[in-house]
Amino acid sequence: MPREGILIEKPYQRLSDGQIELIHKTSLEILENPGIICFNAEAAELFSNKGAQVKSIQTDGPPCWHLSIPAKLVNEALQSSPKTVVLGARKEENVLIMKGDEARVFFITGSEANIWLDVDFQTYVRKGDSSREVVLPEFLPRRGMLADLCESARVSEHLETLDGFIRNVNIQDKDITEDNKDVNKYFASLNNMTKHFMSGLTNPKRLDDVARMASIVVGGDEALKKNPLISFITCLIKSPLQMVDDTTDTFMAICRKGFPTVVSSSPQAGSSAPMKEDGILSQINAEVLAGITLGQIVNPGCPTIYGSVPVRARLDTLGDSYGAPETAQYNVDCAQLARFYKLPCYATAGVCDAKTPGQQSTVERLFSDILVTLSGPQYLHCAYGLLDCNSVFCLLQAVLDDAHFQMLKFFLKPAIVNNEEAEKTLKQIREVIETPQKLYIKHMRPMIRSGRISQSYPFEGNGDSDEVFHLAYERMKELAARPVEHIDRETTQKLYKEIPGLLPRLNVY
Amino acid sequence: MSEDIIALLKENVIQGRKTAEDEGIEDDLSGTPGVLELTQQALDQKIPTGRIISEGLTAGMEVVGEKFANKEYFIPDMLASAEAVGAAMDILKPYLEASQTQARGKFAIATVKGDIHDIGKNIVAILLKGAGFQVDDLGIDVPTEKIVEFVKEEKPDYLGLSALLTTTMLAMKEVIDALATHGVRDQVKVLIGGAAVSEDYAREIGADAYCVDGFDAIRVLESLRS
Repeated sequence: MPREGILIEKPYQRLSDGQIELIHKTSLEILENPGIICFNAEAAELFSNKGAQVKSIQTDGPPCWHLSIPAKLVNEALQSSPKTVVLGARKEENVLIMKGDEARVFFITGSEANIWLDVDFQTYVRKGDSSREVVLPEFLPRRGMLADLCESARVSEHLETLDGFIRNVNIQDKDITEDNKDVNKYFASLNNMTKHFMSGLTNPKRLDDVARMASIVVGGDEALKKNPLISFITCLIKSPLQMVDDTTDTFMAICRKGFPTVVSSSPQAGSSAPMKEDGILSQINAEVLAGITLGQIVNPGCPTIYGSVPVRARLDTLGDSYGAPETAQYNVDCAQLARFYKLPCYATAGVCDAKTPGQQSTVERLFSDILVTLSGPQYLHCAYGLLDCNSVFCLLQAVLDDAHFQMLKFFLKPAIVNNEEAEKTLKQIREVIETPQKLYIKHMRPMIRSGRISQSYPFEGNGDSDEVFHLAYERMKELAARPVEHIDRETTQKLYKEIPGLLPRLNVY
Repeated sequence: MSEDIIALLKENVIQGRKTAEDEGIEDDLSGTPGVLELTQQALDQKIPTGRIISEGLTAGMEVVGEKFANKEYFIPDMLASAEAVGAAMDILKPYLEASQTQARGKFAIATVKGDIHDIGKNIVAILLKGAGFQVDDLGIDVPTEKIVEFVKEEKPDYLGLSALLTTTMLAMKEVIDALATHGVRDQVKVLIGGAAVSEDYAREIGADAYCVDGFDAIRVLESLRS
């Protein structure tokens, strides 16, 4: 049985059907005029061959072309793009089946943070009264390393709500190079958890090796087609409306191999996209549709995922503001747009502006987590441990996020109201009202054991002081110490033999 | 045979099954005898009352207490078991008197004048009964005179006063003062509890103890007894 995620029975939608149609129509008009500026020659030629108007743009910079993409071409791509995308896994129970017309949510990690935030606890003594002391967490940023990615994957394997794993740490060890980064990133992740693994590709030249690695792990190319245990994120569009050269090459290569691929666009409302809600939506939609269209031209029927990472600009720095309510609005809207096309959506939530775990972090991440989850996007990424926008990852925060998603999952259980329950309710009330104490307490007992009553917040302390960080840290250590099911010895040997560049220290045998 | 009934009695206390209609915890045991039916069967078989209590009811409650301490059981489980034991004690009461077996103490409990809140009071009553105390529940909004009268006539060892409101907690002091006026203050230990009151308030009005909840009440009573 694949993972269930959460089915949102009544998804939260901000836009009416008419408004969605209008955004769609505006996006199609954008794709015709002003169209897309394409820096990739092959993509320009492919679009031209399919009937797009393509004109060379004379600049002093790299060669580029103006693409005017007709609505007909986009609509054809939307027809051929699979409406169900399967993301495989080493264990069958961790497979994700994403149906574009269904409002379901899977909770996923992300993004690729440069900074890893360690946690230490220090005791502080009150000035003037040394008998009064308090233990507080200290958050220590440092460069992310391969060992951190392994640890993150191991803990992610055991986080109950976490459905899939996007590499969340940028590995910056001295012996990690542009050439060996991809194979080590994929192997470190696949070897330390059995959930689906998704990542961007650093060096497109290593795509064949990464694909070969997945094939060896899953048991051959045919098995990999049925159970694609890896997938890719590609940001081939740079906002506004520019198709970049190198990532477009990578995207086309991935599409040709038939791997599930996210067509991700990340415009910033206010700078690289209009601040107006309808403006950023129309533009990001056009950008994603341009990518999906290219993917379907390259390999009709290849699984592409609608990737939305819209964000609002901060007014003080013009940096990203993932904690702003508008960012959640955009993501909710994109989930609705993707469902309009019956495509699974890779949405963003849980990212915060706060630099360390704390009150701001909790408020910001829960705000978007709840709202975007309610929109039923299918693939909700960036949902664990990210801070300071996407630049910092903290495993302690990921453990806290897991607890919060458990509450959210509980909340989203369907209500049980039917004739049978009504009969039971009447019987219970009539019985209790006859007793001297008039208490319903004993009737809770069957509900406790059947999971119909939520658990207490797992990081609640016993005393008056706030022990959340300390208890979550203990939980984090406990999860990190649990064993994981590594790739078997024989397969590991084969990987080390056939995949160049794997670092020996990742071999657990 | 008697071993079987005592063992079943203990097990059904652990399961918190008062009657045959109750489900229990691990499996649906409804239809099989609960604590009340088993207590009656034990009496019918002339099993000594002391043995029914010590090896069946109390032994079962000890396991329940351990499970609660280990967070395997929740308060509703504890209450269900306590309620079952309390109901069994009601059946055993006439036999106790005949066999001269003593309850752990006589406890009167009331929500004071002006206050109609009784959830906490009821829970305390169930727990204490389950813990082997003879509990007399005087009810809610109980006039001070009625409480004093009860203490004079029934001579409980302990008096529990409950109040939820800051306005009604003042009646607790009134009760304690009235007990003194009628010369019976020394014959009863007064325990207070409820959302509005505190350890400090208990001290201030001359109560013997403040109890956070029903479990605390059992602990406090144990310490007062010793």
